[in-house]
Order: sequence, then C-alpha cells, then structure tokens
Amino acid sequence: MSIIHMPEARPGTVPVPPAAPPRRRLHGVRRDTLVDAAGAAVTGVCVSALLFGRLAALSGPIGFVVVAYGVFILVYAVLVSLRDDGPAIRDAVMTAMLTSAACLAFAALVLVITFTIWRGRTALAHANFFTQDMSKAGPLAPITVGGVAHALVGTLWMIGIALILSVPLGLVCAVYLDQTRSRPALFVRTIVEAMTALPTILAGLFIYASWILTLGYQESGLAAALALSIMMLPYMIRTSDLVLRLVPNNIREASSALGAPRWRTVWHVVLPTARSGLATAVILATARGIGEASPVLLTAGFTTYINADPVHGPMVSLPLEALKLVASGEPTYVVRGFACAALLLFLILALFALARFIGGRGPGHLSRGQERRALRASAGDARRLARAASPGGM
Amino acid sequence: MGTAEAVLPATPTPGAVPVPRRIGARSGAGDRAFLAGTRLAALVVVGVIASVGLFLAVRAYPALAVAKWRFFTTQAWEPDIHHFGIGGVLIDTVLIAVVAIIVAVPVSLGLSLFISEIAPRGLQRVFVSLVDLMAAVPSVVFALWGLDFLQGHVIDIARWLSTWFGWIPFFHVTAPGVSSPLSSSSVYSASTFVVGLTVSLMVIPIACSVMREAFSQAPVGEREAAYALGSSRWGMITSVVIPFGKGGIIGGTMLGLGRALGETIAVYLIISPTYQINWHILQSGGHSISALIALQNGDADSFGISALMAAGLALFALTLLINFGASAIVARSRSGAESDG
Repeated sequence: MSIIHMPEARPGTVPVPPAAPPRRRLHGVRRDTLVDAAGAAVTGVCVSALLFGRLAALSGPIGFVVVAYGVFILVYAVLVSLRDDGPAIRDAVMTAMLTSAACLAFAALVLVITFTIWRGRTALAHANFFTQDMSKAGPLAPITVGGVAHALVGTLWMIGIALILSVPLGLVCAVYLDQTRSRPALFVRTIVEAMTALPTILAGLFIYASWILTLGYQESGLAAALALSIMMLPYMIRTSDLVLRLVPNNIREASSALGAPRWRTVWHVVLPTARSGLATAVILATARGIGEASPVLLTAGFTTYINADPVHGPMVSLPLEALKLVASGEPTYVVRGFACAALLLFLILALFALARFIGGRGPGHLSRGQERRALRASAGDARRLARAASPGGM
Repeated sequence: MGTAEAVLPATPTPGAVPVPRRIGARSGAGDRAFLAGTRLAALVVVGVIASVGLFLAVRAYPALAVAKWRFFTTQAWEPDIHHFGIGGVLIDTVLIAVVAIIVAVPVSLGLSLFISEIAPRGLQRVFVSLVDLMAAVPSVVFALWGLDFLQGHVIDIARWLSTWFGWIPFFHVTAPGVSSPLSSSSVYSASTFVVGLTVSLMVIPIACSVMREAFSQAPVGEREAAYALGSSRWGMITSVVIPFGKGGIIGGTMLGLGRALGETIAVYLIISPTYQINWHILQSGGHSISALIALQNGDADSFGISALMAAGLALFALTLLINFGASAIVARSRSGAESDG
C-alpha cells in the first residue's frame, strides 16, 4: 500500500546516481516472517508431541492441535519480538490468527466434503446406486442392491417445477425493485431481505397448512416444489436485485436519451447487460433449493419407489433420502445415505462450476465470443450507415 | 417506437419569454402495462410472504385458544391432553443458536478480515467463491458430518470442559457416576454443544459474506491515511476497517443468529429431544422449534398439527424480528448501492 519515492535531486547539487539503496519489496511475504512462522510451528508441534503421552497425561487429537497452536502463537510472538517492537508484534500475531481462522473454516469445509465422499465411497462405486430405487433393498440387503434413482428423479421434478415458478416471478419482482424508487419498493425490498433468512421448515409448514390441509391435496412432489419455490423466491429476488443494481446508470440514460420506453430499456439494455449475473443468481438459487431437506420433509411424503408423477403419490428428494437413510442407523443404509449426500454435493459442485463459468464476469463484460459477435454487429451497422449516407444508397 | 416526448421549442425568437419545457416523459401504453406487470409481480410476492404468516396464524389459533399464555411457559409437548408449550423448547433453541454464534462469529470475523485485508489480491476471488460454496453446501451434509464425525471427537472436549470448568453452570453435567473417569461418554453425546458446533459451520459463510462486504467498502483514503501515519496493517484494520464495518459485523451476526435459530436438519438428526429446559449445554438432551415440527409432524392429529403451527408461528415471529433488525442495521451501514460505469 505505501509508496516509496526516490528522493529528488535538489537544484544546484550534482545528482549522485550510484549507490542506489536496494529496492525494498513492498508486496508479498518477507522471508523472515516465513522462517519465524515455520520455526514457531515446528516448536508447537514438538512441544505438543512431548506433552501428549510423554510428560503429561493428555490425549486426543483436538487437544493436541489446540496445545500446538497455543505454543505456536506464543513462540511466534517471541521470535518476532527479537527483531521488532510492539505494534509490529501485534501485527504479526494478529495476521497469524486471522490467517488461522481462515484456515480453520476452509479446513472444516474440505473435511466435510471429503468425509462425506469417503463414507459413501463403497455405495458410489456400484452402478446400481444410480439406476435402482430402494424398494427391493431391505436393511440387510448388500450394497449391490438398491440405489437412489427415485430420489434423483424426485429432486429433478421438484427443482424443475420450483424453478419454473420462482424464476420468472423473482425476476419480474427484481425488475420492479430496480425500476421504482418509491416507498412501496423499499417496503418490498425490506420484506424480501427479511424473508431470505426465514427458517426453511416454515416454507414447508406453510404449504402443509395451505395446500395440504386447507385445499385438501395430497403430499406430493408438486407440494414439495411449491415449498421449495417459496423458499427460493426471496433468495432469487435478492440476488437478482443486487445484480441489476450493478448495471451502470449511464447506459440506461443513454437508452432513454435515444427515446426508448422503459420496457425496451429493461429488455434490450438492463437485462442483457446483467445476463451473466442473473444466470449466476438462478444457478445459486437452484443449488440452494436442491440441498434443502426440511421443506420437503413436511410436504413430499416418503417412498422407496420411483415415482415420475409429481402430482400424485409421495416423492422423495436427495437430501431427504440421505437424511432418512442415515437416521435409520442401519450400517448399509448409513453408507447409502452418505453416498446420497455425496451425490448431492457433486450436483452442487457442478452447479457452482457452471455459475463461475457463466458469471465470472462483471455486468457488461463480454466473453470473447460475445465480443466478436458485437464487433461483427457494429461493423454491419457501420456498413449500413455508410451505404445509407452514400448518394447511391437506399 | 419512442414515446418519450421531448417537444423541442421552435427556435426562440429574440425577446420572447422562453416557455419552460416539460421535462418528464409521458409514459406510453407499453410502459404503463410494463410497470403494472412488475407491480403485480411484487404484489404477488408480498402476498405469498404475508400469507405464510397468515396461514400459520389461522391454523395455530385452535391450539393457542386452548393453551393461552401458558403456551410460552409450559415445558412439555402432549397436545393430546392439552398440555403443551414451547417454554423449554424455545430456550433450548436459543441455547443452540448462542453456542453456534459464539463459535461462528470469531471465525467468520477472522475469515472475512483475512479475505478482505490479508489474502493476496489474486486469491481473493477464489476465497470468496469458497465461502459461497460453503454457504451452498446443504445443511443435511453438515448434519451428517456432525452426527458421524464431529460428535465422536467432541466428546473428549466436552468431558474436559465439564471436568475443569464444571463450576460454570452451563458446563455442569449432572448424571449418575459422571465424575468417574470410566463413566460412559454417552451423557456427552446428542447435546446442545455438538449441535451448536455443527450449526456454526452453516452460520460462518452467511456471517462472513456480510462482514466481508462491509469491510471491503472501507474507504481507500482512510486506509492510506492510516498507513501514512505509520500504522501497521493490524493498526489500520482496528482504526479504519473495523469501525467502518461495524454495521456489517452486527448485521452479519444477527443474520447468522436467524439462520441458527431456524436450523432443522442438524438438530433433527443429532439431538436427543427433551421438552424441559436443559441449561447444561454439554449434557445430552435439548431441542429446537424447527426440529420439534419436523419430528412431531408425522404422528400428530389435527389438534397436534395446530399446536405445531403455533410453534412455527412463534419461530416465524422470532426470526422475522431478528432479520428485520439485521437488514436495517446492514442497510444503514451500506453506502454506494448504485454504481456508475
């Protein structure tokens, strides 16, 4: 951040060019820091290894890590204090602690993902896991019988219906928030923001109270899809609202200045500019909807058969199936449950990769193909204008 | 196609008083239909959201009419004999959320400061998308992990805490023979503590993304000024970034609290349900409103369902209150909501 200027030559004196001081590195990590940190880390692990089982009656992997970490921070502070004074020591120690908080969070994420895949690996290795349902697989059936095809079918139906319901409504509502700056819009935005963090089970409970109890329909995939779309709707609106706000005002004004009515400005300028961000919003809402078990728990019922009819009969989704299988406690079911969760994770990772692929760019930034198309279009326009301007044209 | 009517005045004759031009544009039929359509969509959205609360309230009425205010104090769930209430469950819900927040807030604070201040510029986007990914990992996956992995490893910590810090009321464990080192560890499993730790993993990404957004909006000028006055990076963070991001810290914490209060699956899978208040967070037993709904839903008659709706209504009101507060705080601290390219 800081900038070091070379001293300017004073007028009247002859500038002395040689003996330029070595340039300080302003960015990156200094070698001393790395050496200190490595030394402190080794000390921490060694002290912990000595204490655990040799000098003191301590045990357990988590305790080991905690002791090692405490020693690491202490030794690191001492090592830095050999060279620097107060503020620098605090800076070094806090940098180490902030970094380790980040490491802790990411380690937990990696641990959760790898543990899920690892626990489900035996079921994931068999093709029948993806092609059969659980109707023939009793608690004692080997892992080569039965699978979660019924949950996969259910998830696809539910998320498909939920997307059809929530994406158009959410998008239009986001456009409303974008187009009006009135008090009602503020009210809508506040309500939507508060609803994004609504407990998901309440979406299920609402559909249960209205669709199933009041209107008298059965528990079905459609009911679950309704619950999911209620859960996804505020999320969809909020993310698309954020994306639409990023569309620069000057191009909207340019469109209005050319005489376009508002709906044309929205349709031809705002939405295309925000296209990649909106796609990301849809994909992230999908990822969220796919993984949610609690709305489905109340509204879809439970079945072990493949049911391809979302309107009649119970249906089950991947997260619900994983939940029920693990909750049963039967060893083979637990393995299948973890495999089911791993499958869900793969789906979400794929959606995420897709979102990064599509939405990696800011609003208005074009991919290479889009850029080429835009260039071609403007070259065509230029030709057309030139033809119109030339006396023989038109 | 244009309907914006900017009527250009005829070239003003010298001496004539210029008539002020009408600046606003009269919207055409297309625009009116367009605006009406978007307004309709917003109305539908608000209507759906309002009907969530409405339906819960209508369905909850029979149970609430029977239970009256005792609904908030009774520590039991026996709707069949009209003896039910969320007195215990509500407190246990809050306990789980508090454990989750106590663990999650320092971690997400560190994580968000790391991403916005310490991480190299090139890696920032990678870390941000990792946090987004963590937010997208389904709660059922965290719950399975908490049940099958975390619980086994946390028991040692719980035993250590209750042995050495048992004099703190929350860490006290009361069970026959628990002080013996050979006692079964099952008294430490299925506890509020384990669930709180699991839920904290779901809170971290939510709190972190709100905090990081607030931190990244701390103005560059003040940062440079802190450095120019000789501040270290940590000094700059404490004197510029954290004061500017205070709204984000509070808002992120409250949003995380709302998430933790409503978590269903982790509680459903891990905890062994009790309907009394269990202040001893390390000891087996606890509950939450959402898990109560999920567990009791299957075998409830119509009055039982009504009682569950009442519990859901209480949860709805609680989280809505917290979320409104959070978004108000975040919105007040937000600046530069629009961009100009």
